[in-house]
Amino acid sequence: MKKGTLKQILLITDGCSNKGEDPSATAALAQQQGITVNVIGILEDDQTEDPEGLQEVEDIAQSGGGVSQLVYKQALSQTVQTVTKQAMTQTIQGFVNQELKQILGPSQSMEDLEPEKRGEIMEVVEDMGETCDLEVLVLVDTSASMHDKLPTVKEALIDLSVSLNARIGRNRFSIYSFPGKRKDIQKVLDWSPKLDSISSIFPKLTSGGITPTGPAIREAMYQFGKKSLLRSFRDEDEPDVEEAWY
Amino acid sequence: MKMNQTWKKHGIDLRPGTKVKGKWHQKSYKIQKKLGQGAVGTVYLCKYNGREAALKISEQSTSMTVEVNVLKSLDKVQGKRLGPYLLDVDDWVSPTGKIFSFYVMEYLKGQPVTTFIQQNGNEWTGVFILQLLEDLERLHKSGWVFGDLKTDNLLVISSPTRIRWIDVGGTTQIGRAIKEYTEFFDRGYWKMGTRKAEPSYDLFALVMIILNVYYPNRFERGANPEATLQKRLNDVKSLKVYRHALQKALQGKYQTASEMKHDITQALYRAQHRKNKQLTTSKQTRKQKHRYLFLIESGGIAIIALLYYAFSLLLP
Repeated sequence: MKKGTLKQILLITDGCSNKGEDPSATAALAQQQGITVNVIGILEDDQTEDPEGLQEVEDIAQSGGGVSQLVYKQALSQTVQTVTKQAMTQTIQGFVNQELKQILGPSQSMEDLEPEKRGEIMEVVEDMGETCDLEVLVLVDTSASMHDKLPTVKEALIDLSVSLNARIGRNRFSIYSFPGKRKDIQKVLDWSPKLDSISSIFPKLTSGGITPTGPAIREAMYQFGKKSLLRSFRDEDEPDVEEAWY
Repeated sequence: MKMNQTWKKHGIDLRPGTKVKGKWHQKSYKIQKKLGQGAVGTVYLCKYNGREAALKISEQSTSMTVEVNVLKSLDKVQGKRLGPYLLDVDDWVSPTGKIFSFYVMEYLKGQPVTTFIQQNGNEWTGVFILQLLEDLERLHKSGWVFGDLKTDNLLVISSPTRIRWIDVGGTTQIGRAIKEYTEFFDRGYWKMGTRKAEPSYDLFALVMIILNVYYPNRFERGANPEATLQKRLNDVKSLKVYRHALQKALQGKYQTASEMKHDITQALYRAQHRKNKQLTTSKQTRKQKHRYLFLIESGGIAIIALLYYAFSLLLP
């Protein structure tokens, strides 16, 4: 039996998009393709918890079927993980709910079950979350205001891979920054099982002036199912397959 | 598919006197006061049939269900009770129509570890380490790891004095990824290991609890986390007795809680032995000192005389 793979885009930003299509629309498109879009909005130290400009953060996650959270720089590490794991559970629970509706009828969802039964179902959801494969594409906003936050973002991402790699299921991460030099997004790290290697790449990121969040999500969407990703999973599954063909 | 419930720390505020009635089991609880607030929900002191109990309530139904599952499986662990006793699990429909999940557990009254040791003396540190190791040993043997072991999740209850776990929400099956953790107590954060649920993960956190008792304000990781931990541990004089064992636990050298318990017991025994010896021999030592001085003096004179003799032989 083939286990499922969860696909997520994790967008890390500190402000509003100002170029290209509406990011909520592209996030909705991604969700149609089975990719969840999570958004983390980094707050300035002097910002209140509910700034007007960051409403977009919640909107993108809502239409992307994911989780959003506003956070101060200091708490980024923990938030990145909570958001990722929460979104995984949410997605799996979504599948399970759908199955339940097929069995129990359209009006039933998990909340309508008594606590004891809910507990049994939650055990299944947890099992799936622990064992499923996961692909996370991290999309980092590198517009000018993000400059002093990038070292913290790097730390948080390394920490995320430490957490996720403790799971039984396999993980693939890739990192893209936006805006890119000539394109909408720029590849920072190709699909790989660990993020330890990013220490050397991260400081080289340059900051630009515009924030094309919408086009960036659209481009990020196309990175799933690219050859490099397929290869990286296949290599692990059947390392000898290519030799056998010759 | 309803999936776009964004995650937020809302928390609910129940006024004292509010009646929380379960939708499924129809039991009614009267809220007394707020006891604390965590990432998942709020804990209240409540009364049911005139008896006190702790009630945890939250709108995050999923996370609450996971916690209840853990409490239930801990109930099945043989021997002494590890977590609080679970009394009821239910949903509450608030007057505004919102649905909350809640569970009711035994109310444990006690003191935080740090305050207790400050008031009652350092000799309790060893006792608590051993008590915690004993509980961990049993938990690990039944296939679980505590995970989010931290000072806030412990309480010292009296008569008999015992350290107890009050929040078991982070408990994870061995071999899986740690479900919940707090940076200061997490070996991944200190770059001292993975976040896989294995017994050594809890043993690391246990040492951090002890360090937290002596550094109530905690401390920063610094450029070299391992060196920071080493220095902080060495700087606490009261921990000298167990230093070696604590250090081994930080480095992940214990595979089981019982190995560490063995070392701690030995260290305590040796310390006690040394103390007794010091008391009985303190009178003798003074006499011995005189004898030593005499020996050193006479020996010194003899050596000087010998050297003098040797030199005189060399001279023509």
